[in-house]
Amino acid sequence: MNYRYNIGCSLSNLKGIRDFVRSTLNENHVPEMQISAIVLALDEMCSNLMIHAHHCNPNHFLELHINHPDKGTYVFEIIDDGSVFDINQFAEPGMDSLVHEKRKGGLGIRLVKSIMDKIEYTSEGGKNICRLTKEV
Amino acid sequence: MVHIKRLQENGADIIAVIGEIDASSSIELDLAIAKSVGEGFKRILVDCHALEYISSAGLGVFMSYIEEFRDKKIQMVLYGLKEKVINTFEILGLAELLHIRENKNEALKLANELSV
Repeated sequence: MNYRYNIGCSLSNLKGIRDFVRSTLNENHVPEMQISAIVLALDEMCSNLMIHAHHCNPNHFLELHINHPDKGTYVFEIIDDGSVFDINQFAEPGMDSLVHEKRKGGLGIRLVKSIMDKIEYTSEGGKNICRLTKEV
Repeated sequence: MVHIKRLQENGADIIAVIGEIDASSSIELDLAIAKSVGEGFKRILVDCHALEYISSAGLGVFMSYIEEFRDKKIQMVLYGLKEKVINTFEILGLAELLHIRENKNEALKLANELSV
């Protein structure tokens, strides 16, 4: 199983990403609560990339691949050619500091790290690949 | 896409959030809460019955008001959250930082109790 989705870096396209991930996982009979969490993690990753690496330029594109290499394992790859936005390099802010600093960011990284089992970054042929692995 | 409706009941402002809140629409939620605060409401209820999805952008809006509400003695209570939505709050431990109740009556009751 291998699914692909191409999308311009506009935040209005996030809904399309969520629908694509949801319908793909639905087809594969992933339980509803797991689907909701995975959809959220992919939304967070893509919106981070759109905002921080592509400044929401709709002429820049992201590619999203979903692979299901074996029973129970799902691999999500987000491929782009912007600057690398490696969330492993970001310390997760504590909830107290988020409240105190009135920061509206920083929560997404926490969510992705809580939901996904593995987050890896590689680069191939000038493209960045962010690979998220989830066992369901 | 999100639609936000506001109505007032027993002196409390009720903000009904309909649809999905993500990075593109969280500003709408922020504006609605800011308006309510600007109009001087001390009890703000957020009706989440028709909230189908929320990402960190929306959660961040709620978080960003916690201190201001504490300072201004404003009580905000969320109610009617679907299981899939409340799960997102729970992953982050936000369910403990925010007031959440099952229905409007309980939410209003809590807001009144906290206002005393």
